[in-house]
Amino acid sequence: MNELEAIYTEVITEHSRCQENKHPLQCATCCQKGHNPSCGDEITLELQVEEGRVKDAAFTGAGCAISQASTDIMIDLMRGKTVEEARSLTDKFMAMLKREVTDEVELEDLEEALALKNISNMPARVKCAALAWRTLKEALGRAD
Amino acid sequence: MSEQDFLRDFPLLNNKVNDIAYLDNGATTQKPESVIQAICGYYGGCNANPHRGAYALSVKATDIYENARGKTAGFIKAKDPAEIIFTKNATEALNLVAYAYGLANVEQGDEIVLTISEHHSNLVPWQFVARTKGATLKYIYLEEDGNLSQEDIATKITDRTKIVAVTQVSNVLGLKNDVQDIVKKAHSVGAVAVVDGSQSVAHMQVDVQALGADFFAFSGHKMLSPMGIGVLYGRYEILDHMQPFLFGGDMIEYVDEQETSYAEVPARFEAGTQNVGGAAGLTAAIDYLEKIGFERIEAIEKDLVDYALPRLREMPFIELYGCDSKIDNKTGIITFNVKDVHPHDVASILDSQGVAVRAGHHCAQPLMKYLGQNATCRASFYLYNTREDVDRWLDALSKVRRVMHLE
Ligand SMILES: Cc1ncc(COP(=O)(O)O)c(C=O)c1O
Repeated sequence: MNELEAIYTEVITEHSRCQENKHPLQCATCCQKGHNPSCGDEITLELQVEEGRVKDAAFTGAGCAISQASTDIMIDLMRGKTVEEARSLTDKFMAMLKREVTDEVELEDLEEALALKNISNMPARVKCAALAWRTLKEALGRAD
Repeated sequence: MSEQDFLRDFPLLNNKVNDIAYLDNGATTQKPESVIQAICGYYGGCNANPHRGAYALSVKATDIYENARGKTAGFIKAKDPAEIIFTKNATEALNLVAYAYGLANVEQGDEIVLTISEHHSNLVPWQFVARTKGATLKYIYLEEDGNLSQEDIATKITDRTKIVAVTQVSNVLGLKNDVQDIVKKAHSVGAVAVVDGSQSVAHMQVDVQALGADFFAFSGHKMLSPMGIGVLYGRYEILDHMQPFLFGGDMIEYVDEQETSYAEVPARFEAGTQNVGGAAGLTAAIDYLEKIGFERIEAIEKDLVDYALPRLREMPFIELYGCDSKIDNKTGIITFNVKDVHPHDVASILDSQGVAVRAGHHCAQPLMKYLGQNATCRASFYLYNTREDVDRWLDALSKVRRVMHLE
């Protein structure tokens, strides 16, 4: 149970229910679908990338609390970042999930996304946390 | 013998290391010691390539393999052991029918009728056949209570229907379909009936002749046997006219440079070295099940469902699917959701309390869409489950919303 409470923290459950970033994006410049076929979670991530910067982002879709919270947190983090910064934060987040980077200081610039660090203790759910970031990476791959 | 005694037969469950309430029997069952011993016994004492060696050990392996065929025929009351084809699972069995029967007999403009509650294994192969041959797929939908629409059964199976594919028990709703009636309807228009027995064969007495099924498919691993052995039953008259599915060793009679004549049924459909260890396990599983008897197994599952359902209905945050059938046809599968919590989160929270349930689309995405759900949780019982398992599940369920900070 304790291990679980370290995952379903209030930060995570609140973000999972937060609707602020969950809507179609009017001025989107790119749209990317992400899907976990084994569990059915799917999101559509929309980005407004202008002059090398993520000006705005939003998503629609359905999934578990972890995938929804992870998406919401990621969008908050990415808004205003340059494409380069967004890419490097995405890599860092993935490295955190794989426990390749564990140092909290090094992970500091992930901000609230640090709350998902403990997912690495739950191998069955890592893919839920990774979905949005994997999708973002694909979207950014096509953004420039 | 009480349920506790069954538990003792299952090494994975009967220990302190895996202290779990295993409620995912719809996905796969645990294996009793006798099945594990049968597999060990085969590899430890009888292993050789069947049908190929002239020496005693190969003959012994052949006997074990063919004995499993006879055993399986008896188990589902087939007329002739030759009607039993071993495959690696139900999925392969259904693909065998789709490729070797479907592609050869379905033509442009024909129709294939399925039910909306089919598992992807009895749905995607038929989509493939329909697309390849220019045929149309038609679905039998559901009544309010989750049972197949009688009206659809009456109207969708027509003179154009070539194949009717139906599951005997839905792996999501856990309701028994009146397969006998659907088969009769299929035959009345000259169609063949393909029955998916994956969720029925371990839980109730199946009689393929009484059902009238032309094909009947199931997996060993959902009935106490090892993974990697499955069964396709086919009526001899139909099998005898079918071309092979896979080509190679063991399925031939004579091979020349340009021509091959194929072996008789069932060897024609068993190309390459087969899973003899799996067949030995399957024999032991059938022995185990027959010793207990289906009356007993059904009674155990019914007791657990009758114990769980009223308690679940008392939980205001639980939504149930397939639990309000107007007829007495519920099996030991309970599909549910916790309001405002995604099934994966529910399953993780139950897991942390030692309760194993399935969450997701259960390989039945068209049914999920039809039910208006992205995903659900499923608890599925088997003979070794106990009321304590149910208590543990319900107790864990009562904590889910608190963990999610909803109360
Ligand atoms: C109704 C039904 N059909 C087919 C299958 C496929 O079984 P397998 O994956 O063993 O081929 C399953 C099990 O997942 C099932 O529940």
